[in-house]
Amino acid sequence: MDNQKVNNSKRKLLASAGAIGLGGLVPNSAIGQSSGSENMPPNIPKWMKSLGEPVNWRSYGLPSEFEKHVVKFKRPSDQPTEGVSLTPLQDLHGTITPSGLIFERQHGGVPIIDPSQQRLMVHGMVKRPLLLDMNDIVRLPSISRVYFLECSGNTSRDWAKPVSKNVQQTHGLLSNCEWTGVLLSTLLDEVGVDPKATWILAEGSDASAHTRSLPIGKCFEDAMLVYAQNGEMLRPEQGYPLRLIIPGWEGNVSVKWLRRLKVGDAPFYTRQETSRYTDLMPDGKAREFTFVMEAKSVITKPSGGQKLLKQGFNEISGLAWSGNGRIQRVDVSTDAGKTWREARIDGPVQTRAVVRFTYPWSWNGGPAILQSRAVDETGYVQPTRSQIISLRGINSRYHYNAIQSWGVNSNGEVSNVQA
Amino acid sequence: MFRPDFSKILLAVLISLSSSALLAQTYGVGKTLTNKEIEGWNIDVRPDGQGLPKGSGSAVTGKPLYVQYCAACHGQNGEGKPSNQLVGGRGSLNTAKPIMTVGSYWPYATIVFDYINRAMPFHAPQSLKPDEVYGITAYLLYLNQIIPENEILDAKTLPKVVMPNRYGFISDPRPDLHNNPCRDSCKP
Repeated sequence: MDNQKVNNSKRKLLASAGAIGLGGLVPNSAIGQSSGSENMPPNIPKWMKSLGEPVNWRSYGLPSEFEKHVVKFKRPSDQPTEGVSLTPLQDLHGTITPSGLIFERQHGGVPIIDPSQQRLMVHGMVKRPLLLDMNDIVRLPSISRVYFLECSGNTSRDWAKPVSKNVQQTHGLLSNCEWTGVLLSTLLDEVGVDPKATWILAEGSDASAHTRSLPIGKCFEDAMLVYAQNGEMLRPEQGYPLRLIIPGWEGNVSVKWLRRLKVGDAPFYTRQETSRYTDLMPDGKAREFTFVMEAKSVITKPSGGQKLLKQGFNEISGLAWSGNGRIQRVDVSTDAGKTWREARIDGPVQTRAVVRFTYPWSWNGGPAILQSRAVDETGYVQPTRSQIISLRGINSRYHYNAIQSWGVNSNGEVSNVQA
Repeated sequence: MFRPDFSKILLAVLISLSSSALLAQTYGVGKTLTNKEIEGWNIDVRPDGQGLPKGSGSAVTGKPLYVQYCAACHGQNGEGKPSNQLVGGRGSLNTAKPIMTVGSYWPYATIVFDYINRAMPFHAPQSLKPDEVYGITAYLLYLNQIIPENEILDAKTLPKVVMPNRYGFISDPRPDLHNNPCRDSCKP
């Protein structure tokens, strides 16, 4: 019903808006306007009058040279090998994050590992402790699944007040990929887990020997040992040649460059699950083992730093995801949250994966505040900023999933605002 | 006269054979590990002390090691800059400016040992000997006024150190927020 309404209103908008070009929105000055004159009828552009680049001119394809501005952004950090880089969500389309643009959170640099040297030790409370190489892993029954990956610190810089300029900086610790590998349960069955076991320690082979404890239920439910993403082997900065993917949970537990799994009967309480990745509340107590990334959404078009060029039809488009299952619905408001209408969800809705939503909007040339609100299949509704702050304060750095507001001014300029 | 039903017996035997075959079925991947091989990589330390190696150290032995390996990033007295502050902050967790350090925040002393042992010094991880890790751990606990300067830490004593924020952690209560999906005339 709601979709029907949306489609009808979209048709009306399309009819009234007339010609719609890509130029409705200027993400930055890089989209060329100077070349327009050369390629105007009756002129024949120069690229039609000579042969192009040879077949296979790049044996591994690269984006067009006109897309050079679409890159990750690295935040300043104490050490070049420690910190984050963020995904340019404002320049991406659909739902899959290109492998070269997936955000990074590194704790001790990116190790360069020859896959012939890769070993995974599985031990502890198991019948048959094993050491596996990549040939062993690839021999096991494989699956491919699309899951989002989000750092639990995503958007936390804007917790107290809006400070980030664009959606790359507010929400760019988010990516969504097709992951290929082996269900962790397959390997756990292979080693024979003691029924009394309750937790598994996962350890990476980077210079921080990054380590997290995982409840065994999740390990048997949907956790994956992953060697490929988006159809090719993992990128080095994404854990080549072997990593965990723990669907829907904070990215920090999807341990990269995985070298060891130890089955035990208690959490291990490592530094990365105590000193960090715990959520400090106003009373001074901290929540521990806060794994799930709850439902969240953000409008990526139009978003901070962009500019609407024309009144009339301007499609609103964004991303929504939930660590607790499938996205059920996304609502959009263009009046700072007074009125909400259902957006269209484009494409398949998969559990713990990003969906793309769109909403047909006619900009009247005046100021507007754009928001999106995700609802997941558990009935959970993405909260407002004030709801989060009233309960959790502003000292926590993790799991901030508030409704994001983008302000549009009468010049069409879009900025990060508080509403 | 008792006449066994051979068809039922045969069925039972077949079922037990096939189920045991299923249980024992493995893909035959990997190499069986010896205890010695496991020992080489089995470096983690739990709060109960499981995994702590032999060796010992105190703040006295740890201080020169801290100055040599840690102070450049964490400050002469653990005050931080450029890297994380390690000392102080007690009583600040429920204020507007919480200072989360080893002394104010970390719940178990074993975490200090485990993290130094696996990830520090930042530019040369896994290069310190157990005695050195015990010593630096003791020095940090001493700077945070948790243990006396001459207390010897080893596999038996380290897990017994009670950290100030030992009971500062609670389990995840989420979902803790319940937004109303209002459609019209909503209060933003």
